Amino acid sequence: MITSSRETMLLTTPFHSRVEAMCHLNDWGNWMGYTTPNAYFDVELEYFAIRSTTGVFDLSPMNKYRITGPDAEAYLNRMVTRNVSKLGVNRVGYAVWCNDAGSILDDGTIFRLGEQDFRLCSYQRADDWLYWCTLGFDVTITNESEDIAGLAVQGPTSCTVLTLLGCTGLDQLKPFGIAHFTFEGAPMMVSRTGFTGDLGYEVWVAPEQAEALWDQLFECGRDYLIKPIGGYALDLARIEAGFLQAHVDFIPAEEAVRPGRTRSPLELGLEWLVDFSKPLFNGRAALLEEKARGSRYRFAILDIEGNKPAEHSFILKGNKVVGTVTSAAWCPTVKSNLAYALIEAPHGKVGDQLTAEIYYQRELHWTRLMAPCRVIDGPLFNPKRRRQTPAPPF
Amino acid sequence: MTDYDAIIVGAGHNGLVCGAYLAKAGKRVLVVDGRDQPGGCASTRELAAGFRISDCAQWLYQFDDLIVGELGLQAAGLTVGRRKQTVALQTDGDHLTIDGDLLRGAGIGTGDQAAYQAFRQQIDVFAKLMLKLYRGRAPKLVEADWTDRVTLMKLGLGLKLMGKGNMQDLMRLVLINIYDVMNENFDHEGLKAALAMDAITGTNMGPRSPNTVFTYLHRALGNQLQAGGVVQVMGGMGALGDALKSAAEAHGATVRLGCRVRQIVKEGDRVCAVLLDDGSTVQTKAVVSSADPTTTFGELLGCQHLETGMARRVTQYRTRSGTAKLHLALSGLPSFTGLDNGGLTQRLVIAPSMDAIESAFNPMKYAECGDRHVFDISIPSIEDPSLAPDGQHVLTALVHYLPYETKAGWAADRPQVLDGLVAQLEAYAPGLREQIVASELLVPPDFEAAYGMAGGNWHHGELSIDQALMMRPFPGSTQYATAVPGLFLCGAGAHPGGSLMGLPGRNAAKEILKQGALT
Repeated sequence: MITSSRETMLLTTPFHSRVEAMCHLNDWGNWMGYTTPNAYFDVELEYFAIRSTTGVFDLSPMNKYRITGPDAEAYLNRMVTRNVSKLGVNRVGYAVWCNDAGSILDDGTIFRLGEQDFRLCSYQRADDWLYWCTLGFDVTITNESEDIAGLAVQGPTSCTVLTLLGCTGLDQLKPFGIAHFTFEGAPMMVSRTGFTGDLGYEVWVAPEQAEALWDQLFECGRDYLIKPIGGYALDLARIEAGFLQAHVDFIPAEEAVRPGRTRSPLELGLEWLVDFSKPLFNGRAALLEEKARGSRYRFAILDIEGNKPAEHSFILKGNKVVGTVTSAAWCPTVKSNLAYALIEAPHGKVGDQLTAEIYYQRELHWTRLMAPCRVIDGPLFNPKRRRQTPAPPF
Repeated sequence: MTDYDAIIVGAGHNGLVCGAYLAKAGKRVLVVDGRDQPGGCASTRELAAGFRISDCAQWLYQFDDLIVGELGLQAAGLTVGRRKQTVALQTDGDHLTIDGDLLRGAGIGTGDQAAYQAFRQQIDVFAKLMLKLYRGRAPKLVEADWTDRVTLMKLGLGLKLMGKGNMQDLMRLVLINIYDVMNENFDHEGLKAALAMDAITGTNMGPRSPNTVFTYLHRALGNQLQAGGVVQVMGGMGALGDALKSAAEAHGATVRLGCRVRQIVKEGDRVCAVLLDDGSTVQTKAVVSSADPTTTFGELLGCQHLETGMARRVTQYRTRSGTAKLHLALSGLPSFTGLDNGGLTQRLVIAPSMDAIESAFNPMKYAECGDRHVFDISIPSIEDPSLAPDGQHVLTALVHYLPYETKAGWAADRPQVLDGLVAQLEAYAPGLREQIVASELLVPPDFEAAYGMAGGNWHHGELSIDQALMMRPFPGSTQYATAVPGLFLCGAGAHPGGSLMGLPGRNAAKEILKQGALT
């Protein structure tokens, strides 16, 4: 049980003493019930640490569930839309899971730790859904959220820094691979995963090792300009890299109260994650029907003229509103004004020319900008180092 | 090439009805059941040497005459007895007799007499409207297709035609409880209780439970479906199963008894076969299950073959029941105070008041057995002497309420509870205990074990509005199709629900044929 030292309503993570010491802006946010920094010292500099050196993000508040037992693979295959059988041991897969109506409940990553041993890392608390899914399966579900502390170590020099920390041979780890090391005599798991679209890793240890891990990591990374990063910088990086964020780009189906406000994987551009050749998974029948009928919405990445972020903009085709923006940012590395939008079908195909209705304010003066934009094929930020094995030295 | 067009799981009355209709339409049909006798809950069993009892259902009161005609059940050997009156036993021996529209005895007043006739008329109006819904699939409201819309229009028109007063009454009454409705209409405690018994048989509800007007109407539909009223089946209830089996076979169906379906086999995303207890697998175009939904999905198919939401609905489907059965083999005709032979052969009800029924219901909620119960008694050997040795008799009684499980367990409680029930009957039939040759008490888990009905629920799941009509058994598996392609429901867990009625089986067959699922 993690308790707050100051007896605030929010919990703190196992890294909190270190995070607090480095959070010079004292700018805190509430991430799923945990006190987490929005920014440590400067959002742009934190962002550039991810892209140029190494950024460290405390992802301990992520929900972690251990799924074990003879039916663990079958259980996950019924729950998520992708084919878990194709996921090898010590591999990680991004996945979404739906309810029977084919509406997305959440997205997350599945770590295959053994033939019958998985860890699901989810954004939402999912105890009830995971439990309901056990009906008919011989599996054990354990909520490990508070038993594991996690740091995302992301950026070009991240491999070098972690190697210095003792992760010998880490450069040989392929994207979405898992490697096991020892840190101060205790197990330390490193996965080549992340939410930045860059070369990067996630490091998982027991909460007791958390503070020492932080200290030694920053010690090893000093010459490689390692920096802590907050939620704002990470958000910028993930938009640039094309990652969806629950609660921002879709409303988890269990939380949507108004009809029609949920989204399916097909509507979010995630059809590549849906394996219809599986005979059964939650939402299969509904998604097959949607596929035959055509989706209501299409997920689009927009490249927008100008440099004003199209936050919460309406997207127009001619004079008609055909969609809205869910995430938007001026992305510094690709030097583009990007936005994610949910566009009503049939609009929103790659290459479509649309208009973003952007409002921005300068000294209480509001300006309305009708910015032309184009639907692009995929994220603009996609560097080679993200995929290269061995990881290139920086 | 599949072995069959359809395999019916369960040779209960609905399974046989469905199989007979499908076979009649030229389909290759196999009906399989683990029991050695056909008929499921329509069952006759030997209680002791020479004494035979209907060991589950004891009255036939809403078996659709249409089915009897269409399947030729009389030619197949079905014979029923004379219409039974309901005699509500009173401790002083001045009993109340309900004979069609007429009430006699127990100081019944002219006010109640007139109110009863008016009540019956109104119930008939309501039941006629429900009949429009019962002899076909229940219409979906949101995803309604043309068939559904036509049904809904007929229903709407029917509502309108019953007049403003009746329509308002139906809307007002249908969701409330029978206790309030009885008090609204009648004064005589015995009358109110005898009528309220019809609302609670086979359920997990007391007279004050919401939904009991709906269950009353469900039973009152018997007047529309079965012109003969409440009757006993000659030869015991099992004779209905025998007749249905003969009829199904005459139409070309194969009925295989003594071989349980172990598993409904899914290949890819559809059901394609059943695995039998003898280890053989039989291929089919469709599996039509007359087993209850909990057993069908949870046990035979397996929740792992359903999407999570559907699996949850299966496990949350309510199947508790408080109905037990007392069986007595008697050395002679019992003597009930104030009843002659003509009276003894009727349907005898022991329920002094609605509060007595509710008081009998209360302990069950806490897994207790209580010491006062209410009874629905049949002495079938008077009209049908074949059921007992010469001059001897059998008595069967539906007993309300006994819980599914007790704190001490049924093994420990059973003898004492049985003894208590006999003692209660003795208050009306002095000397009964001395006449007992053999006795037996069946409680909900016994019915579950013997007939495969989850929870021992006679209706294959509580018949309440949220589990009825277009929501029976639960959303996503309605109109006899299920969420799993190739798997259909035709039992009491499908619309229109439980009792020996035959309509779920008939409706399912018609719907399956209409959908072209077997082609």
